[in-house]
Amino acid sequence: MQPDKQNANLRIAALVSVGKHPGSGRARRAEQDARAVEMGLAMAPQGLEVLHAGDPHAEALRAYAGMGLKKIRILQQGENADAVPALSQYLGESKPDIVLTGVRAESGESSGMMAYLLGEKLGMPVVTRIAEIVSIDNGQANLLQALPRGQRRALRVPLPFVASVDMAAAAPRQSAFGPASRAEMEAKKADVEVRDEVQASWSEAPARKRPKRLKVVKAKTAADRFKAATAKSSGDGGKVLRDKPASEMAQAVFDLLLEEGVIR
Amino acid sequence: MSDEIIRRDPRAEWIARNRLHPLHDAMQQAGAAETRGPSGLIRRNPHAVGFIGPNGIKRIDRMNGNGPAVGGRRSAGAAKEVELPLHKVENPDYYVVVVPDMVGGRLSGHDRDVIGQAHKLIREGEGAGAVLAVVFGEHREEAFDKAGVDRLLNITGEAFEGYTPELRVAALEQVEKEYAPKYWLLPDSVAAGFELGCRLAARIGERPATQAWQVSSEEAICRGAGGTTDITRKTPRLMLLAEECAEPIDETRHEVLPVELEASVSVQAVIQDCGQVAVDPNAIPLGEAEFILSAGNGVTDWNQFHQAAEALGATEGASRVAVDDGNMPRFRQVGATGTWVTARVYVAVGISGAVQHLQGIGQCDKVIAINTDVGCDMVKRAALSCIADSGEVMAELIRLANAYRQEVVENAA
Repeated sequence: MQPDKQNANLRIAALVSVGKHPGSGRARRAEQDARAVEMGLAMAPQGLEVLHAGDPHAEALRAYAGMGLKKIRILQQGENADAVPALSQYLGESKPDIVLTGVRAESGESSGMMAYLLGEKLGMPVVTRIAEIVSIDNGQANLLQALPRGQRRALRVPLPFVASVDMAAAAPRQSAFGPASRAEMEAKKADVEVRDEVQASWSEAPARKRPKRLKVVKAKTAADRFKAATAKSSGDGGKVLRDKPASEMAQAVFDLLLEEGVIR
Repeated sequence: MSDEIIRRDPRAEWIARNRLHPLHDAMQQAGAAETRGPSGLIRRNPHAVGFIGPNGIKRIDRMNGNGPAVGGRRSAGAAKEVELPLHKVENPDYYVVVVPDMVGGRLSGHDRDVIGQAHKLIREGEGAGAVLAVVFGEHREEAFDKAGVDRLLNITGEAFEGYTPELRVAALEQVEKEYAPKYWLLPDSVAAGFELGCRLAARIGERPATQAWQVSSEEAICRGAGGTTDITRKTPRLMLLAEECAEPIDETRHEVLPVELEASVSVQAVIQDCGQVAVDPNAIPLGEAEFILSAGNGVTDWNQFHQAAEALGATEGASRVAVDDGNMPRFRQVGATGTWVTARVYVAVGISGAVQHLQGIGQCDKVIAINTDVGCDMVKRAALSCIADSGEVMAELIRLANAYRQEVVENAA
């Protein structure tokens, strides 16, 4: 989407986190957060502020900067600190029109609660899993929300709002090394730093493989067990239409499609 | 020694020995339940087992009446469906509230797992708890009792139709006030559970366990860091459960008593739902498309095939032969070497069904085959097969689809 004059005064805050590659476990830019930054750059390149709460020296943050950002604002806080109080304090003061986040982080608890907690604290409506911001008019935003199976739902929300960006949004642009290393990392000690006490009591371990659910046959007799073990899964076959005019067959197919509700 | 003296009845014993005695049959029948020998041990009479078959030969039924019916003797018992025992909770000490997704108005497998988890938590805890299911809008589920729902709170009304997360959260907040549930359990799913659970958690100030996959009343194990770590933590009040977190209920029936909210719920909704948007079916990734029209070697008129896909609003797919011949692009290939599809409806036009292709469509619900060969594997897999030339059937399908669209437009106008 081309940035136009209407969005010139629009102020967007994109919240970014340090991602984690699912295979190698290396720190990287998080996929959904990068999409949020991409969406912000496409909407309002001038009014975009990229925000991170945590360690200002994290290398992965440079990958966001390499997307063409002049600077990234970092609210510096300790490793075990809760990001929500610091961010809500900052956003409450800076009052952006749109706050973009990912749906779920790739590291830490990855509960996906950030957008909702911020929305509750700042008193803004929260829209989830958006794929696109179509337009903004009269202080209202027209959004497309991503649904399962590639479907989309149109929503209309008044500004300001918090939105979590789905993987269905436009893919992020590449990160370039030069701009990444030139970008300014504006670190500032967070005004409030709340240590996450609850998290301290958890124990964390690499993910265990989940046991596969077994198909338990609850048969009373040996004959039933035998039948369950040897029966073909889908042996009965379906309805076969033959030696009929094509129109009749097509009607049968079309009726089934209508019944399944796939014809819209 | 036992305080009960066992008395012998010599006459009964004598009649039991003498099979020609006129009272022998009657006494054997009466004493069939339990016969004690002289020493007080329970004796089983091997002669009394079984019955006399149609040929006058003695038969012993070792399947306790579960075998196939012979001569209609047992047919009455075999056809009867087993009535599961009813699980009753008269005055529940506490509630465990489950908010199922109800995709398509019915309980999904994930919902059933979550209800199963709720019962597991009740079994582990003390006191009699009841599972309260909160269902929004009209539903089409008939088997709430077999899924394990003790109480059903169905919140209906026009305001709850469509996408109304704010109103639903307000209703759940009201449930929290009136029932003060011991646990809140929601499925952690894309459909609705994750969003609703997070909104509720933020509203009532609970810290939820998300992607919890092993939960007991003591501790919960959740997937963290995008599914790469396991977090073990104390079981919180609100949980978003992963799929297959517990076994669904299958051995009991439940009451499904309807309950009501005392106060009515209303909020000024800020998010406005403008309905679903028509999307280009070919822009949907093949792996997650809902409706696929797939072409194989039997298709000759490719323009007609593309027209049919457009008219029906289906995503296009292809078999390997069609791709190798250059009629379709490689990313449209369905099968083991291409994309594994999850479509609900899959129409295979002129595809005979190689093993690799059938593997690729293994997760499809309804398969429709249009083929000239009645003996091919795709026809065996399909729920509906048309044995005809694919071109003729597709031409008819295009006509039907266009006529249907026309009718819809006229009705709307």
